[in-house]
Amino acid sequence: MTPLLQVRDISKFYGARLGCRDVGFDLYPGEVMGIVGESGSGKSTLLGCLAGQLAPDTGEVLFDTRGEGPRDTLTMSEPERRMLARTDWAFVHQHAREGLRMGVSAGGNVGERLMAVGARHYGDIRGQAIDWLDRVEISEDRVDDKPTAFSGGMQQRLQIARNLVTGPRLVFMDEPTGGLDVSVQARLLDLLRGLVREMGLSAIIVTHDLAVVRLLADRLMVMKDGHVVESGLTDQVLDDPQHGYTQLLVSSVLQV
Amino acid sequence: MTDQAYNFAYLDEQTKRMIRRAILKGLAIPGYQVPFASREMPMPYGWGTGGVQVSAATLTPEDTFKVIDQGADDTTNAVSIRKFFQRTAGVATTEETDKATVIQTRHRIPETPLGEDQVLVYQVPIPEPLRFLEPRETETRKMHSLEEYGLMHVKLYEDISQHGAIATSYAYPVKVEGRYVMDPSPIPKFDNPKMADCPAIQLFGAGREQRIYALPPYTKVVSLDFEDHPFDPSKADHACDLCGAGESYLDEVITDDAGGRMFVCSDTDYCRARREAGHLGAQAAVMEEEAGA
Amino acid sequence: MIEIENVSKTFTLHNQGSAVIPVMEGATLSVQPGECVALIGASGAGKSTLMRMIYGNYLAASGRIMVGGIDVAQAKPRDILALRRQTLGYVSQFLRVVPRVPTLEVVAEPLLLVGENRDSALARAGDLLTRLNIPERLWGLSPTTFSGGEQQRVNIARGFAHTYPALLLDEPTASLDAQNRDTVLSLVEEAKDRGAAIVGIFHDEAARQRVCNREIDVTGFTPVAA
Repeated sequence: MTPLLQVRDISKFYGARLGCRDVGFDLYPGEVMGIVGESGSGKSTLLGCLAGQLAPDTGEVLFDTRGEGPRDTLTMSEPERRMLARTDWAFVHQHAREGLRMGVSAGGNVGERLMAVGARHYGDIRGQAIDWLDRVEISEDRVDDKPTAFSGGMQQRLQIARNLVTGPRLVFMDEPTGGLDVSVQARLLDLLRGLVREMGLSAIIVTHDLAVVRLLADRLMVMKDGHVVESGLTDQVLDDPQHGYTQLLVSSVLQV
Repeated sequence: MTDQAYNFAYLDEQTKRMIRRAILKGLAIPGYQVPFASREMPMPYGWGTGGVQVSAATLTPEDTFKVIDQGADDTTNAVSIRKFFQRTAGVATTEETDKATVIQTRHRIPETPLGEDQVLVYQVPIPEPLRFLEPRETETRKMHSLEEYGLMHVKLYEDISQHGAIATSYAYPVKVEGRYVMDPSPIPKFDNPKMADCPAIQLFGAGREQRIYALPPYTKVVSLDFEDHPFDPSKADHACDLCGAGESYLDEVITDDAGGRMFVCSDTDYCRARREAGHLGAQAAVMEEEAGA
Repeated sequence: MIEIENVSKTFTLHNQGSAVIPVMEGATLSVQPGECVALIGASGAGKSTLMRMIYGNYLAASGRIMVGGIDVAQAKPRDILALRRQTLGYVSQFLRVVPRVPTLEVVAEPLLLVGENRDSALARAGDLLTRLNIPERLWGLSPTTFSGGEQQRVNIARGFAHTYPALLLDEPTASLDAQNRDTVLSLVEEAKDRGAAIVGIFHDEAARQRVCNREIDVTGFTPVAA
């Protein structure tokens, strides 16, 4: 089987300061990979490089495109990359307002990606939007409300609906549950897990919350100071951490 | 200072050359917004400084100039711009559409079909059709260059979801030659079809925003819509009360405090020409009487 | 089915002066299809550690752990995941689930993961829950709110939903009443009958006598120096 994403030797510097260095991995269809590390560990930089939002200084990001097989997204033209970003990829931001159009109704937010790929039938677009709102547990009668009228958890679910409506194959998530109440987090995690399984999605989740990766991620990468210090099966890394930093990270979690 | 102290059409020759280059580039890439170094004009922004600069760069001494504002030749704005070029360029002026070679307009396209020897200059307040959905200029430019126009339909989607129909009735976005999405300036959507396949050159000038764009003759211009909500260039369901025209764009005029009103052509020249040719609307007699009284 | 050869395990505590603690050495055992092997030994002798290494939850320091033709000690995460999905089941002592997922779904999930159709997966899940005396009115609720004993039975139902060719059981009968204990042992016997290779930890002597073919004392794998 061809990996959906093959990442090779990604390094990114901000001037003399290191963002991330020599990161490589394969992600197969249906796999969910977590990237954990503290603030400044380079995990968000890495995610930005993978999702085409930052240009790394070295390396390759080979994505298995539908038409032409694996292609380096870093060297493809910007229109091609942006096309991927609105069809085969999805990006769920930590702050919903970065991923939503706050002045546009929920239905319009979900419909945008459909219209961006050429949907021109209002009734169909609206129907799909309502269907997706339902899948993320937002009731149909909120379809014309703006996200400003939604709670944080609802905004996050709306962002997910907006991202998944075009049936992407790869989802990037940056602290998807950050800033949400614990009960709201649980609901979101459950939703994400269900969608990942139903749609056979591959996902890369950046978070500092070990509970999130334990529930969502099959595999885990631990980053510190721009380097990957440990990677492996999620439960193995968390239950039998090999690197000192991972051991510290795992033992630092408050038990409830 | 005497009138002779002005350069022809107010602007200096270098500035006009700069504007003409922008116009030519605009004509070469229909619908594309060309940046230009907009000059201070002796009138405030919002009064047509973009259109005036384009007109100044377009006019020749042989031209006959017409200015309309909301279809009318006799409003303050139209009169002052007309006088401005009378004085600074010494060109002939007219109120008759078919006698004019250069027509500067705010918010209308004349009812009389334009010909190949005419240039229509639009005054544009906000040239960027994506502005209200995406405020970042860096981002909208990228969207134009990559033809990412999904957002434009989001606006129309919002219209339908809120009003049951596409409620945008002016500045209705169009796609030019299947490529650029363009703001046609705040003309009523009724005028949109006139832009398509038009024999005249159409130039758009935005002074404050420093953008010029253009439609060369016979350009394909399509109003955006949905399959199940097609574009509808509607107008008031009425005939002109003065000249009886059933196919022209109408203004509603309140005539008294008792709810009296009438619909009249917004294009004053068109209406006058029809009346002179003997066409009469429902309230024409009343108006004649009052005028005579 | 399960072949363990000369496996050792150490823990290195980087944050405590890099202390290296050897916990196992020379662990060797083999389990045939249809066989149930009990791990015995005092508490702390390494029964759970060995089980976790077989499951890939702990990394082995050296040696080979062959399960269904894959060396868990060397395999890539992706291969271990596939092994866990298809071949190797694990009933741990604790239930770990996403909050809000209904019990019936929790139990059916392993079947759905191997592509079983939804209706038959849910039917099988319901069947197991019934046998383990989880009343039907609870099936729609998340097991996170259940009592410890109920959670354990849900966990067992989940572990036996898919007919894994290899199974690891960590104290499956602990704290169960006689009737449920009997059901669990029957499930183990059924698994043996269909040819599953089973490694189990049973503190309950009688249970061990009933289902296990052999016992292996892990005390024999304790490093001499320790």
